[in-house]
Amino acid sequence: MENIIFYQHYWWFLVSLLAALLVFLFFVQGGQSLVYQIGKTDSEFQLLLDSLGKKWELTFTTLVTFGGAFFASFPLFYSTSFGGAYWVWMLILFSFVIQAVSFEYIHKQGNLLGKSTYKAFLFTNGLLAPILVGAAVSTLFFGGEFIINRGNIVDAANPTISAWTTNWHGLEAVWGGTTHFHLWNVVLGLAVFFLARSLGCLYFINNIDNNEIRSRSRKQLLINAIAFLVCFLPYLINLLFKDGLTEQANGVLVVENYKYFHNLLANPWLIALLLVGVVGVLYGFIIGSFCKKSTKGIWFSGIGVVLVVLTVLLLAGFNSTAYYPSNTDIQSSLTVSNSSSSLFTLRTMSVVSLFIPFVIAYIWYVWRKLDKK
Amino acid sequence: MDLSLIDWSRAQFALTAMFHWIFVPLTLGLGVIMCIYETIYYRTGDEKWKRLAKFWIKLFGINFAIGVATGIILEFEFGTNWSNYSYFVGDIFGAPLAIEGIVAFFLEATFIGVLFFGWDKVSKGFHLASTWLTVGGATISAWWILVANAWMQFPAGMDFNPDTARNELTDFWAVALSPVAVNKFFHTVLSAWMLGAAFVIGISSWFLLKKRNEEFAKNSIKVATLVGIAGIVLTFWTGHGSAQKVAKYQPMKLAAMEGLYEGQAGNELIGFGIVNPAKTLDNDKDAILLKIAFPKMLSWLATNDVNAFVPGIKDLVYGNEEHNIVSVEQKMEYGKVAQEALRTYREAKKTDNSEQAAIAQATLNENMQSFGYGFFHDAKEAIPPVGLTFYAFHIMVILGGYFLLFFIAYWWLNKKGILAKNKLLQLLGLLSIPLAYICSQAGWIVAEVGRQPWAIQNILPVSASVSKIPTTSVQITFFVFLAVFSILLIAELGIMLKAIKKGPEE
Repeated sequence: MENIIFYQHYWWFLVSLLAALLVFLFFVQGGQSLVYQIGKTDSEFQLLLDSLGKKWELTFTTLVTFGGAFFASFPLFYSTSFGGAYWVWMLILFSFVIQAVSFEYIHKQGNLLGKSTYKAFLFTNGLLAPILVGAAVSTLFFGGEFIINRGNIVDAANPTISAWTTNWHGLEAVWGGTTHFHLWNVVLGLAVFFLARSLGCLYFINNIDNNEIRSRSRKQLLINAIAFLVCFLPYLINLLFKDGLTEQANGVLVVENYKYFHNLLANPWLIALLLVGVVGVLYGFIIGSFCKKSTKGIWFSGIGVVLVVLTVLLLAGFNSTAYYPSNTDIQSSLTVSNSSSSLFTLRTMSVVSLFIPFVIAYIWYVWRKLDKK
Repeated sequence: MDLSLIDWSRAQFALTAMFHWIFVPLTLGLGVIMCIYETIYYRTGDEKWKRLAKFWIKLFGINFAIGVATGIILEFEFGTNWSNYSYFVGDIFGAPLAIEGIVAFFLEATFIGVLFFGWDKVSKGFHLASTWLTVGGATISAWWILVANAWMQFPAGMDFNPDTARNELTDFWAVALSPVAVNKFFHTVLSAWMLGAAFVIGISSWFLLKKRNEEFAKNSIKVATLVGIAGIVLTFWTGHGSAQKVAKYQPMKLAAMEGLYEGQAGNELIGFGIVNPAKTLDNDKDAILLKIAFPKMLSWLATNDVNAFVPGIKDLVYGNEEHNIVSVEQKMEYGKVAQEALRTYREAKKTDNSEQAAIAQATLNENMQSFGYGFFHDAKEAIPPVGLTFYAFHIMVILGGYFLLFFIAYWWLNKKGILAKNKLLQLLGLLSIPLAYICSQAGWIVAEVGRQPWAIQNILPVSASVSKIPTTSVQITFFVFLAVFSILLIAELGIMLKAIKKGPEE
C-alpha cells in the first residue's frame, strides 16, 4: 500500500511537471498571439515566424505527451474530463490542428487559403489554447459537473462509468448563463493567456536580434505582465483561502476549509518553491521590460513559471486532496489514490520516465546547435 | 445506449483515423527512402544525391506537418469519444501512448528541425543522423501505437480487477511484444515503405513524362524500386503471419474477410468475387457470386495446412461441436454470468460479505473471457459488416500483387533505360500513386471494420465503450473535422504539386 502511494505521488509530480513545462512552452502561443502587434512589416513577421517555427513542435509534443502520461497514470481523469468536458478539449485540439500546418504552409505556393488565413490560424491557436487550457486547469480546483459509478459497467442499458451532468459538456466552466459558471476559471484562463504573451515577448527579446522587435516586445511585455499579475495574484490568493475536498483514510471525501492553504503549510518545501518561482517570474519581467540590454529574462521567468505552476498543481493533488472535485457528487471526486493506474502500471511507467532527462538533454543540445548564428 | 451515438462516434474515429493514415505511411516510407539518398550523399560526397535528398525531404516536410495535425486528435479521441473504454482498459492502453510520447515524439519533433534548418548549421554527419533519427522516431512511434492497436485485437498481459471494475496490466512484455503487435508493426510499416516507393516512382515518372530532371528521376527510381521490392515482399510475408493471427484470435474477422458462412476442411481462398447482398445468416443463398477461387489456399493461409478446418460465420455464431466452437449465444450466457458475478461481488464488498465476494469472484474469473458478450442482445451482433470487410481485403491483396510486379518491372525497366523512353509506362507509374493509397487504406478497413463490434476483442464491444455525450455534439465535430481536414488536404495537395512542379533546386 505504501508503495503505491509513492508511485501515485511520483506520477502526479511528473504530470504536474509536464503541465508546468507546457505552460512555459506556451511562449510559442503567446508569440503567435502577438504577430499582429510585434511583426508590423513582412520582414519582421518573417523573423517572428522563423523564430517560433523552430520551437512550436516542442510545445505540441509536450501537450501530446502530457495527454498520454495523464492517460497512463490517471485513466479515470482522462475518461472523466475528456469524455465529459468534450467541447473544451475539442476546441483546444482544433486550435492545435490549425496551428500544426500553419508554420509549414504559410509561405508555400499553392497553399489554398493564403498567407493571412494561416496567420489568423496562428493567432487563433495563440488566443484559444492558453485561455482554454488555463480554464481547464482551473477546474482542478473549482470542479466539474460529473458523476462516477464503476458499477455501471454491468448495466447493459447504461454502461457509462463517468458521465457529465450538464449538456454544456465543459463550456459551463467558462460560459455565463448557467448555474455552473465559475468566474475564476475565466480568470485563470486569462492569466495563462497574458502569461503566454509575456513569455512570448521575453522569447522574442532573447531569440531575435532586431531592435524594432525587441523594443516592441519590451513594451508589450510590460502591459501583458501587469495584466497577468492582475489576474493571477487574486486567483492565487483566492485559492489559498478557498475550501477543498480531503480524502479520509476510508476513502470518503469531506469538505475542508482553507484546504489549499493547509496543503501549503503541510509541505513547507512548496512554499520555498512558490517563492523562488514568483521571484524568478517577476525578475524576468523586470529585466525584460526595463533593462534595455538584457536578453536573459526568458530564463528567469521561464524557470519561475515552471516552479509556480508545478507548486500550484502539487497543491491540487498532494496531501489527500481531490484534484478534480465533482460539483455534482462530492464522492465522485478524483484523488491521486482513487483515480490512478495500478501499482504495476505506475511502476512500469516509472522505468520509462527515466528516459526524460535524456530527452531533455538532446532537445537542449539540438536547440543550441540550431540557434547558433 | 443510443445507437446513433455509437455510429457517429465510430464514424468520427474512422474519419480522423483514415485522414491521418493518408499522411503517416508516406512519412514512414518516403522517410526511409530519403534517408538512403542522404546516406549515399554522405558516403560519396556527390552533390547530385544531396539535391535529390533535399527535394524529397521538402515533400516529406509538407506531408509531415499535416500528419502531425491530424494525429493529435486520435490520441485524445480515446478520451473524448470512448471514455468508457479509456477507463475500462486505461491501465494497459495508456502506457503505450505515454511511451510513444516520451520515447518517439520528442525524437521526431527535435530532429526534424535539423532536417529543415540545419543544412548550413551542422556537419554532414550530424544532419544525416538527424534525418535517420526523425524517421526512426516516426517508426518507433508507429511501434507503440500499433502495440496499442494490437492489444485491442488480442488483449493479453492483464487481469480484471473487480474492485476497480477495470482490466489491469500484469505483464508489460506480453503487451509490448505480443505476437499480434510484432506482426502488425512489420506488416504496417513495411507496407508504408511500399507506399513511399510508389510515391517516389510516380512523381519521378512525371518528371520523365515532362522530360525534366531525367537523371534525377532515374536515380530516384533506382533506390525507390529496391525499397519497394523489399517492402512489398516483406508485407506479403507478414500478411501471411497476420492472417494466421487473425485465424487464431479473431476467426470471425477472417470469415468476414472471405465472406465464408460455412466452414470446411481444405477451404478455398477467393481471389475475387462479388458478395451476394441477399445473403443472410439464415438463408441458403450463395454468399459470393462470380468468384475466382484457389482450392485449399484459405486453409493454408490461415494455418499452413491445406486440409485444416476454417470456421465460417455460421459455425462461429451457432457453434460447432465437432470443432469445439462455442456458440455466440452460449458466450452471451457466460458473459451475463460474469457481469452478474461482478455485480454480486461489488454488493458483497459493500456489505463486507467476504465469503459471498470470494464465490462471486471465482465465478467472474471463470467467465471473464466472455465478459463482452454479456452486452449483446442478439447473437448476430457478433458479425462484422461482411461486404466491406470482404472487398477491402481483396482490394488490398490484389493491389499488393500488382505492386509486387510493378516494383520488379520498374526496377528492370529503369535499369535498362526503357522507362525513360516509354510514355505509357511513365503514365502508369504516375497513376499507381493513388492505387498505393487505396491499398493501404483498405488494409486498415480490414483490420478495423473486420473486428467490429469489438473495441476490445471479446471483452468490450463499441456499444459499451462510447462516451455519454449528445449525438449532436459528435455530429458537429464530425462535420467540422471533415471540413477542416478536407480543406487542409486540398491545401497540402496544392503545396505538394507546386513543389513538385518547381522540381529539385539547381
